[in-house]
Order: sequence, then C-alpha cells, then structure tokens
Amino acid sequence: MLRLELNGISKQYPAVRANDRVGLKVRPGEIHAVLGENGAGKSTMMKIIYGAVQPDEGRILWNGQAVSIRSPAQARALGISMVYQHFSLFDTLTAAENVWLGLDKAMTLPQVTQRIGEVAHSYGLDVDAQRPVHTLSVGERQRVEIVRALLTEPQLLILDEPTSVLTPQAVDKLFITLRQLSERGCSILYISHKLDEIRALCHHCTVLRGGKVTGEVDPRLETNAGLSRLMIGAEPPPLQHRPSRAGAAVLDVRALSLVRQDPFGADLHAVSFSVRAGEIVGVAGVSGNGQQELMAALSGEDPRAAPGSITLGGTDIARSGPRERRALGLHFVPEERLGRGAVPLLSLAQNTLLTRTETVSRAGWIATGRVQRLAEDLIARFQVRAGGAGASAKSLSGGNLQKFIVGREIAAQPKLLIVSQPTWGVDVGAAAQIHGELLALRDAGCALLVVSEELDELFEISDRLLVIAKGRLSPSVPTAQASTQQIGEWMSGLWDGAGLVEP
Amino acid sequence: MESFALLLAATLNAGTVLAIAGLGLLINERAGVVNLGAEGLMLIAAIAGFATAVHTGSDTLALLAGALAGGLMAAVFGWLVIWLNTNQVATGLALSLFGSGFSAFVGIGYVSEKLGKRPDFHIPVLGDLPFIGPALFRQHPMVYIAIAMTVGLGWFLYRSRAGLVLRAIGESPESAHALGYPVRRIRLAAAVAGGALCGVAGAYISVVYTPLWVEGMVAGKGWIALALTTFATWRPARLLLGAYLFGGVTMLQFHLQGEGVHVATQFLTMLPYVATIAVLVLISSNINFIKINMPASLGKPFFPGA
Amino acid sequence: MFKLEARPQPSKLMSLASPLLALALTVLIGVLLFLILGKDPLRGLQIFFVEPLKNLYALSELSIKATPLILIALGLAVCLRANVFNIGAEGQYILGALAAGWVAMQAGPATAWMGRGIVVPILLAGVLGGMAWAAIVALLRDRFNANEILVSLMLVYVADQLLGYLVNGPWMDPDGHNFPQSITFLAVTRVPKIVTGLRAHIGVFVALGAVALLWVFMFRTYRGFALQVGGMAPAAARYAGFSSRSALWTALLLSGGMAGLAGGLEAAGPLGQLTPYIPAGYGFAAIIVAYVGRLHPLGIVFSGILMSLFYIGGELAQTRLGLPKSLTGVFQGLLLFTLLACDTLIAYRMTWAPKLASARYPPGGPSASSPAKPVLRREA
Repeated sequence: MLRLELNGISKQYPAVRANDRVGLKVRPGEIHAVLGENGAGKSTMMKIIYGAVQPDEGRILWNGQAVSIRSPAQARALGISMVYQHFSLFDTLTAAENVWLGLDKAMTLPQVTQRIGEVAHSYGLDVDAQRPVHTLSVGERQRVEIVRALLTEPQLLILDEPTSVLTPQAVDKLFITLRQLSERGCSILYISHKLDEIRALCHHCTVLRGGKVTGEVDPRLETNAGLSRLMIGAEPPPLQHRPSRAGAAVLDVRALSLVRQDPFGADLHAVSFSVRAGEIVGVAGVSGNGQQELMAALSGEDPRAAPGSITLGGTDIARSGPRERRALGLHFVPEERLGRGAVPLLSLAQNTLLTRTETVSRAGWIATGRVQRLAEDLIARFQVRAGGAGASAKSLSGGNLQKFIVGREIAAQPKLLIVSQPTWGVDVGAAAQIHGELLALRDAGCALLVVSEELDELFEISDRLLVIAKGRLSPSVPTAQASTQQIGEWMSGLWDGAGLVEP
Repeated sequence: MESFALLLAATLNAGTVLAIAGLGLLINERAGVVNLGAEGLMLIAAIAGFATAVHTGSDTLALLAGALAGGLMAAVFGWLVIWLNTNQVATGLALSLFGSGFSAFVGIGYVSEKLGKRPDFHIPVLGDLPFIGPALFRQHPMVYIAIAMTVGLGWFLYRSRAGLVLRAIGESPESAHALGYPVRRIRLAAAVAGGALCGVAGAYISVVYTPLWVEGMVAGKGWIALALTTFATWRPARLLLGAYLFGGVTMLQFHLQGEGVHVATQFLTMLPYVATIAVLVLISSNINFIKINMPASLGKPFFPGA
Repeated sequence: MFKLEARPQPSKLMSLASPLLALALTVLIGVLLFLILGKDPLRGLQIFFVEPLKNLYALSELSIKATPLILIALGLAVCLRANVFNIGAEGQYILGALAAGWVAMQAGPATAWMGRGIVVPILLAGVLGGMAWAAIVALLRDRFNANEILVSLMLVYVADQLLGYLVNGPWMDPDGHNFPQSITFLAVTRVPKIVTGLRAHIGVFVALGAVALLWVFMFRTYRGFALQVGGMAPAAARYAGFSSRSALWTALLLSGGMAGLAGGLEAAGPLGQLTPYIPAGYGFAAIIVAYVGRLHPLGIVFSGILMSLFYIGGELAQTRLGLPKSLTGVFQGLLLFTLLACDTLIAYRMTWAPKLASARYPPGGPSASSPAKPVLRREA
C-alpha cells in the first residue's frame, strides 16, 4: 500500500498553471526525490500536500484512503511534517519554545525540552534547546527544524532544498539521519535540483517540468545527463571556457574588519584579498558567515570601513557611497532582486535610474525618452522576456528580472563587477545565459567577484576560489587545483591558520 | 505631607488612564498591529461612556459601554488592516480623524450634562492608615484593576503558551502561518481586546477622571499611550511605570498652577507633550535595543498564501 | 461567497476609480445619516455639492478653503511618498501663521517704503516658521531615531499652547478689551485679493504654481525620484546610494514650508490677525486630501476642492439645517476609511467562488477509516 498518492492534481494561479494533472506515488520508508528547476511546480505540489494550498482538481490518497488536507494542522494530524527551505523559526525565542510552538499536543515546555533531548540523541543531531534561535548558525537552525518535525512522529517528512545551507560534510551527516529515518519506516519527500545528491540518496524520483510530470525514475540507475534531460528537456548547454589572462589588480581589500550593524548579523575579521582584471574570483560559503556584510562594505551600502582597507584601481573607496563607487567603475548585483536590485512597483525603465544615471542631467533633470530607450536596449540585448520597458519589475519572472539587473550592470562597462548569488531562483536557461555573459565580461578584461552558495556554479565559472567562514576569509586557491572536499572543509572554517571551530 | 499624599493619589489616578490604554495598545503591538487610531477610538468610547452614564446613572455600565465602543471600532480597523491589508498608519489616522469628528458630532447634545455625585472610594482599614491610606487606598477600583491587569498580562505574555503564540505572531506571522496558526484571527482578537481596553480608558476619562463631556477631551492621551508602548519596550511592568511617570508630570502641572508658580499656564499645559517627546528621544536613540525588543512584524502587512 | 484574489498586476483603472468609488460610498452613508437624523437627504446633498459651487461668491469662498488644503497636501504627498509620516502639519501651519503674523505686526511707518511688497517677507516668514517647526521633527528622527508621527503630533499640541500663550500675553491687542487676539494687521500687509468685493486672494495662484512645481519635482527630477524610491523600497534606495537622511530632511522641510506658507496666507489673508481659532484642522484634513488625491499633484487639486465642499457644506448645514458643524469631520473621516477599503481593489479582485465540494472523504467520514499508526514508537 502506498503511503502517499497524488492523482491528477492541478492548481491554477492567475498568471500560471503551477501544477497540471501531476501524480506522485510514495511508498512507506521510501526516500522519494522531487526534481525540477525553479518554477517547475515543486513548491506548489508540496504546499498542496502540506495543506497550505488547496488543489483545483485531483485526489490525494493517504495510506490508501482519500483525504482532503485543508490546513497544515490537518496535515500534521495525518502524520505529514515539513522542513522548509526558508525556516519558519522565531529568532527571539529559544529552540525549545520554537519546537513547542510547532507541536499540537498538549505537552508542557519542560516535557518538550526533554523530548528534544531524546530525539536529538536518537538521531545524532546536536541541538541546545535553551539557546535563542538568533544565536544559532544556519546549520544548527536546520537541525532545530528537523527535530521539530521529528517530534510530531511523522509518517511522511518533506524536506525542501535542505542542503542549500550546508557544507558538504554537513550534507553527509544529514543523509545519515535521513537514511535512519527511512529505515524506521518514515517516508521522505526530498525536493531538490541537485542531481548528485538525488542520485546518492534517493530510491525514487519524480521529475517536474513546467507544471507537468515528465518522468518517474530510479535515480540510482540514471546519469546526470539523463535526469537533466527530464528536468529541462535537453542537456545543459556547454559553457565556452577560455583560459584566464589576468592583468593588474583592480580591487584590493586589506585587513577589512567591521563590527556588525544588525544585532543578528556577523562581524568581519581582517578580510584581505584582491581581484585582478580579466579574472573571476569566486567566494564560497554557507549563508550567514559574513557574505552580506562583505557585500555591503564593497558596494558602499555600508561605508564604515577603515580608510585604506578597500581600494579600487588605486583609489581609496573605503568610505565612499555607492554612487561614487559606480562613478569609478564598480558595479554590483545584489542577491535580492525585488526590493533591492529593483523596485517592484516601478517600471523597468524607471529601475534603470537606480544605477544608471547617464540619462540624468547635471541639474537633476530626468530625460524620460532616453531612459525608455536605455531600458529597451537592455531588454533586447539580454533577451529579457517582459511586457516592454514599461512593465513593472514585479511582473517579470525571477530569471528574466535577474537577466535585466545583471544586464543593466554589465552594460555599464564596469571595471569591477560584483555579483551575489547570480542564479538563485533562476531557471536553467537564464542561468546558463547569465554565466555566459559573466564569462564574456571577464574575457573583455573586467574584474569579477562572484559570491554564491552553489559550489557547482563557482567551480564552473571561477578562476580562483576563496571561502568565507565566520567573517574570515580563507587563502585563495586556483579552481583547477581545488576539490569539493577541501572547499567543504574550509566552509567549516578549517583552513590552516584560521583557528576556528566547526559551526 | 497631606498634600503630597493627595498628589500621589492623583498621580495614580492620572496614570491609570494611560496604563489601561497603553496595555491595550501593547497587546495590539505584540501581535504586530499598530493602531494609530487610539485617540479617535478613545474619544468615541468617551462619549459612549458619558452618554451611558447620563442615561443609566451607572458608572460600571458606562465603562462597559466604552469597552464595547472601543472593541467595535477596533474590529472595523482590524478588518481593514488585517483582512484587506490596508496601510496600518493611514487606516489608524483615518480612525483618529473619524473618531474626533464623530464624537464631536454625537456629543453635541451632552455638552452641558452633568453626572450625579461621584462616589467616594475607601478601602476599610487600609484606607485609614496615615499617609499611605489617602495616597494608595482610596482610589477608584479601576486603579487596582490596572495594576492587576499589568501583572496578569505579564504572566500571559511570558508564562503561558497563548502568550508565546501571540509573541511569535508578532515576530513572524509568516512562520506562524506555516505552522498552522490562524494568524489573522488571532491578530483580530488582539486588536479587539486592545481596542476594548482603550475604550475603557476613554470612558474612564469622561466618567471618572473629569466627569463631563467636551469635544476633544482625550487631549492627546491616546497618542501618549502609543509613545508609552515604545518607551516600555513592549513590557507591561515598564508600561505601568511609564504611565505613572506621566501621571506624575500631569499632576505636577496642576500642582504648579495651583501654587501660583510664575510661569504662563500654557507652558505648564505643554509639559506632558514635551515630556513625551523627551521620553521618545531617550528610548529610541539606542536603535539596537529597540530592534531586539520590538515585535519584528509591527506595522507590516501579512499575506497568507503568498 | 465573495473572495479576494490577488491580481497579477495592480489595476491602473481601479487606481483612478477607487477615490470615486469611495466618494460614492461616503455619499451613500451620508444620505443614510441624513435620513436617520430626520433631515431631507436631497437637501443635504444640495447643500454639500451644489450650493458651494453655484456662483462666483461661493467659488471664491471655496478657493479660500481649498488653497491651504492643497498647499499642505502637496507637501504631505512628497512626505508620504517618501514614507515620512508628517502628521503634525497642523503645528507647522500654526507656526507659519505666528511667524507671518509677527512680521505683519511690525508693519508701520518704518516699512512704508515697501508698500504692498511687504507681503513677500510676511509669506517668507510663514514658510520659514513652518520649516523650523518641521526641522525639530527631522532632527529628532535623524539624530535619535524618534518616531516622527508621535513627535510631530506632540508638537501640534505644543504649537497650540504657544499660540494661546502669545495671544493671551505678549501679543495681545492692548485695545482689544482683553480678548485673546493680536492687533488687526494693517491693510497693507493683507494678501492681495483677486477681485475686489470677493474674499478670494492670490493664494490660489500660489497654490496652482506649487502644483506645477511639485509635479516637476516628483516626476522629472532625480531628487524626487530618489525620495520616492526611499519610500517604496528602502533597501533599493540604499543600493542606489540615495541618502535616506537627505530624503528625510527634504521631505520634512518641504512639507513644513508648505504648511507654514498656508498658515501665513491664512493669517495675512482672510483672518487678518492672530486668534486662538487659527488651527482649523487643515493640517489634518490635508492628510485626507493627499491620500484621496492619490499623492499626485493633479489629483490633489480635485480632492482639495472636494474637501473644501465638505467644509463649506458643513458650515451651511449648521446654519440651514441645524446640524452640528462637526458633521464635516465625520464625512472627512468616512471618506478616508472608504478610500482605504476601496484601494484594496487595486491589488485584489473580488470573485464569486462557490463553496468547494468537500466530498473527499469516503462515506462515513474520516473516522470510518482506520487511524494512522504512529511509526516511530519503538516496539516493546
């Protein structure tokens, strides 16, 4: 008997058909992957299973019985538990209080605390129940989420992109826990777009593309290429690689130390590195280790750096604001598209004005005609699918908006381009295009700094790699000589001379 | 000595209005909803309470009427900002403006009305003690209720599961929703409860504190109560303290006027408002302290299913 | 039952239609109110919407009310677009009146050489007075992070007391029989009228000029753009390098100055002296004017005229129907409420969704099936 079965499930949103008669079959104790690129419909399917969203048509069968899951509470009562990609934790409360809130049973807080200890021990998960969540690292927070899910004694555990915040070593540990769970009879739905992990961990895999199921396979018998074909309809386009011809240093960062501004943030300690013209330097690291703070210091959003600690082509920019840095040739693509890289309710044309001021006169007069044409040029050159230059930023898909923003900065012909999470939430086609543009820019002599949580991406496009951990920067290593294992260790802060403890 | 005891008593009395309104607003804000309509809401409650007192002669009914009026207005406000997701600041302002006009409109017929003789409250034995008797134990029951409420709310917020849920919703309604809590309903309940308390405070002003009706008689206490929640960093005990402090400032103003101090009355009348500004400046300047204590979702709209 | 469904794109149509819909709802509620009060609703509608427009004299009166409303609302629109909530415009208006009044009171033989030109420094003083009062708010927010809503509001109460002090004390007219009022300003200081015989003054042209200037500022200057981005997406403004500090000061000084100008025009115009009745609530009504006008200079002209209709209608209702003047306040508040409610339709659509058939359980309901067995309990 199947643990969970979906039959002909569909869900229509105003602009898109997120799920189109999809089906799913999960056996007891099975680790079942749901594979698909961004926008394929995975989250909608999960939300339906978890009761957060109602399907327009179709049937759900739980242990052979037809059910209607109207709310997360109902899902939990059935035995379905979910660990979200973006955790639903409350920062100012302790781990124990967080877990308590996630339980429907009438247990007291001390009872919950005790149960946490038991479950954590049983699965080898290290969780300090009394610490407030905002003091925990991202990996520790995920463990709290998992413990919370486990305490509900689930028959089906759903994990949404769980490894995006983990070092390779932590991923291995997680897999051990998941295999333990599956042996004890709990089914696991594992949502991911990482082919290697799925092939290493999962017994079965359902592939989604454009809201439809394109295949149900045993991933252990498939190749990456085969899965990729099911996922995007073709093999991924190969990237053109030319060897780097690095020139003089463009960006020089020396002993940059900053105290955090956000009480929940990270400090930077003596960060030193340089980026040369014609090369791409990649910065790897688990989120929450100082990337945000480093980006803000480099882009000028945080102008508190000590004078002399950041120089661009010889000019000290440590205390300069973003506009002065742009005037000197430093351009930046932030990780948040809507709300930071672009204003959601403004048109694409107006959004060019954030960083491109050629269309504004000295006196501050905006030449609306030229602004319009600039936007139209960008849309054409970077193949942005949008309803014209007047379309609001909000109306574009993630991939297209990212292409627009990256394009806006590339077309400014910068001397240094800094990009944070270039392809997060972007479909494979747009991601490949963006990677191609970045490589082309580097070949044209620009210096690039790319920060990403996706190791694969960094290995693919960088010439040199750095790792940031607990606000400190590792020594650099040429990509050709680096291994995932080594970088993984460094992500835990374990490079020679760092003197840091594993998070 | 005698006059000091009376001053103390008057301070408690004055502070109680701010305390009750402030506690109501604190409940709101802990759930993430800021109700800038407190002033208008209190005005409507004040006229509702006064009218009830005039027609029924009962103070208790009047306070109840105030609670009802406050709860009702808060429900309308809550429906707009929680279900329709209208801008919380603008909607609160709308409520304040509407409340001030509506209360003036309805109150026209009550301007020259008087309430019967006000009862004297006197706790036996305790009220006869020297000094602290007149200072502390001859108050309207609301004064003691306010203190009890402070203790009760503190217990609720920090020791009960329901209070934990409320705080969680105030911090991250999205996460609470993901866990399956009926966020919007709880927020509405908080808004209505808070509004009812503000309503009681409003009725207290027109029925007990200065038993008459004049247009605009709340005189900014709703706004001061809002400032108090920030000053108290959303903790009930500190709020009570702040309320009494302000009560003290108000009483100081009357005391000085009575003593014939050579300062124009208008400058003395300004005191509570200037004090509010001073208090805001003091507490807000430590940004990080506020950030850690403020309910993170305060004032922000919440979209379930987004 | 009715359901709200998010629209893929905000509806431009509803953006324009919403204020009209709100007005219609307010009128509807108004009609009901008149019926409850036992007055003829048609007469009520006529008093509010026809009488104030019917002849040149009425229009002149309308312009006197509309001018300060439009001026203050223009400044507030800039503030609100920048997410700076200057609720205390009323206080800045009072300070503007005080400053302008002080200059007006200096008029005499020594200033005779300026002739009518003295109006310029008078109005300038009004602007500066309002700016100074708003600067306090900006300073406290800039240096101490103090919430500008509460600070600016408290300052309204302070300004009111200040006015009371001055007209009861140092500025009281010695020949005024101890009434709290200043001297009546000399004729030369009064804001010039457009046409003799009517009370309308050149403030109307000032207001219209301000409309044009602010339109240009908001939609054609980089500064104006930066301010609005700051209000819409603060992180994007930081990314672009727009100074939030500069936005704060610009917004507050601009709106303070506009409110002060309105105060100066009132004091040196229709009022001609300082009295405790200067605060007419324009500073608060202007908030409604700004929102109903969609925070757009052209929209504000229309909503300013609409709000003036409410004011005059309220006054007429008092003299002709015996209703309290505070009716104006009721309608103003109602209009903002209904506007906020109708604005929901810009981002959401009302749909009729029949209740979904809930027949997903097998006959007998969920309890008919065997209960789910917990899997993780260890067997004994």
